Amino acid sequence: MDVLKKTPVREQDAKVRATNFEEVCLGYNKEEAMEEASRCIGCKNNAQCIQGCPVAIDIPAFIGQVKEGNIEKAYQIISESSALPAVCGRVCPQESQCEGKCIRGIKGEPISIGKLERFVADWARENDIKPEGAAEKNGKKVAVIGSGPAGLTCAGDLAKMGYDVTIFEALHEPGGVLVYGIPEFRLPKQAVVAKEIENVKSLGVKIETNVVVGKSVTIDELISEEGFEAVFIGSGAGLPKFMGIPGENANGVFSANEYLTRSNLMKAFNEDSDTPIMRGKKVAVVGGGNVAMDAARTALRLGAEVHIVYRRSEEELPARVEEVHHAKEEGIIFDLLTNPVEILSDEKGWVTGMKCIRMELGEADESGRRRPVEVAGSEFVIDVDTVIMSLGTSPNPLISSTTEGLDVNKWKCIVAAEENGQTSKEGVYAGGDAVTGAATVILAMGAGKAGAKGIDEYLRNK
Amino acid sequence: MYKILNAKELTTNIYQMEVEAKRVAKSCNPGQFIIARMDADGERIPLTICDYDREKGTITIVFQIVGASTQKMAALKAGDSFHDFVGPLGCASEFVSEDLEELKKKKMLFVAGGVGTAPVYPQVKWLHEHGIAADVIVGSKTKDLLILEKEMEAVAGNLYVTTDDGSYGRSGMVTQVIKDLVAEGNHYDVCVAIGPMIMMKFVCLLTKELEIPTIVSLNPIMVDGTGMCGACRVTVGGKVKFACVDGPEFDGHQVDFDEAMQRQQIYKTKEGRDFLKAKEGDTHHGGCGNCQ
Repeated sequence: MDVLKKTPVREQDAKVRATNFEEVCLGYNKEEAMEEASRCIGCKNNAQCIQGCPVAIDIPAFIGQVKEGNIEKAYQIISESSALPAVCGRVCPQESQCEGKCIRGIKGEPISIGKLERFVADWARENDIKPEGAAEKNGKKVAVIGSGPAGLTCAGDLAKMGYDVTIFEALHEPGGVLVYGIPEFRLPKQAVVAKEIENVKSLGVKIETNVVVGKSVTIDELISEEGFEAVFIGSGAGLPKFMGIPGENANGVFSANEYLTRSNLMKAFNEDSDTPIMRGKKVAVVGGGNVAMDAARTALRLGAEVHIVYRRSEEELPARVEEVHHAKEEGIIFDLLTNPVEILSDEKGWVTGMKCIRMELGEADESGRRRPVEVAGSEFVIDVDTVIMSLGTSPNPLISSTTEGLDVNKWKCIVAAEENGQTSKEGVYAGGDAVTGAATVILAMGAGKAGAKGIDEYLRNK
Repeated sequence: MYKILNAKELTTNIYQMEVEAKRVAKSCNPGQFIIARMDADGERIPLTICDYDREKGTITIVFQIVGASTQKMAALKAGDSFHDFVGPLGCASEFVSEDLEELKKKKMLFVAGGVGTAPVYPQVKWLHEHGIAADVIVGSKTKDLLILEKEMEAVAGNLYVTTDDGSYGRSGMVTQVIKDLVAEGNHYDVCVAIGPMIMMKFVCLLTKELEIPTIVSLNPIMVDGTGMCGACRVTVGGKVKFACVDGPEFDGHQVDFDEAMQRQQIYKTKEGRDFLKAKEGDTHHGGCGNCQ
């Protein structure tokens, strides 16, 4: 064993997995996990990894238990801070959080904290270990809007403190982006997501699906008519952006949200599903984030030749390195420094191609990244039949527009305090993408935690 | 689960069901719609609200068989349940929030085509309950396909029925009736047209000429119905709108109907194939031209 290197994790072969929707990463077994855990030097004071974790899991402590083979104890340590460890172990950007701060990483590779977390959570699930539940109920009702990472975390934490929590979910299935956004091959829905939601429910949390807050019921009604004493808004950032270029409404142009929702939530990848999905022959995915990678790898599995079209260079790709690496292995083609200018279609409105222009990197802009500039006269046409726009999402105004006294900023994000989620409206807290705009699962979970703390303080002092 | 209290076939391929959905019944208004799923694997199907009973907590939906999912849905009976039933979605008709006295000064004309009669009904009923008698034109291909005639008669000011084949009421398209009514000296301040896309397009062409502001209700393809997927995008006045949250009602003179009609075709071939397969079962031999 080389202490400077991570214990390798087993993966499905790239050629095989490019044709199925089974999980790509197979995870550690107990032996591998214990071996990896033994690399941890167990920082006692001021462990950097904990500071890098938005929900502040006691990482050295849980890894210490894994080292000894006490997986159940390791699970209880993680559960104190996180309601969704099997999810986080799979989708957190560890390289820029816990692992990015790991002392081991200064010389050599950091501890594979994410894979260890995943192993512990999977082991607990397979051995039917549940998180430890609420002490005593205090009878106070709290409503949580949205059952994504922010909402589930907030609800779980409040339930553990004794609150009577109901989550309201607009879709027919709880999970939010974990269910409609992230594909099966990265995050199995039944085996992982549904089970973690069951764990949250086992803490006493109720989930009412098919309730669009702002339409079916308003926040004011929840408070005045249904007896909720506080509300947490974790409604995410669900509105897709389009480029505004000519031809964008042609048949065969989809938002990544639509494409992924059809495949993930509605199971359209499965031939037996009633929900249709367009199985293109040649697909262009516009954008370079994690969602773009997910859409591209989904289209690939549905049988298409897939191109990622991104206006900057590889270095600026906002997607996680691991996702880009997996996408390349599977055969996704990267057309970098390329920007669409028009979608071409036939006389019946079906996409026949996408006109693009070459870009080059100019001076750095406010974000510190070099600004892409068009190369004059470099237009060319990519011959595609499907275009998936993956340009980011913004918060849905359904709630903010129907709740009086709830302040939003110019991007329609709800204004809420970072430390406790407090909004401009009394008793109403918010967190996650609804506040920050599209970010990560774990940041939303961190905000859910802060919101739970804020609500607890508010209700105890009320 | 959302229990079906009543289910009946109104006419060939058009069904009506009364469904228990307390939250929707409490908060819905004319102009809005719902999304239903039949079972755990079902498609999310946007459906028209035809009526609602706030005390009973029920919603009445009307739908036409257009594909495999609606075909399956038509087989549901009283006592069965929908797996999911969410709403109300979309914005309520503008007049619901207008000043009532101002509204009373306006003469409104509703133009309903085919199954589009169902979403027109709660609007006319709402106006009737607020002391406003609106004129209504109902168009149908033929007498047997006409729906909700009695119900509409009870709430409309003047009701004009027309059939394409002249088998009942007036004869000809709804556009002809609009022309006739105006020629007969009727004045209308607003027109609301709901029906097949092609009907709405031609009504709008005519009312533009007649200078009658016209509202249409669009029913494009959608998945979530909350603004998330963007499948329902339509161009209105040169701007892209999402029918599920910005609509479903829009200024008909601004809608790009040709694009909207094109976009409705996206899954048609696939849906059509599934429909034929479901209908023909083992006897399906590729007659749809797309199967091997």
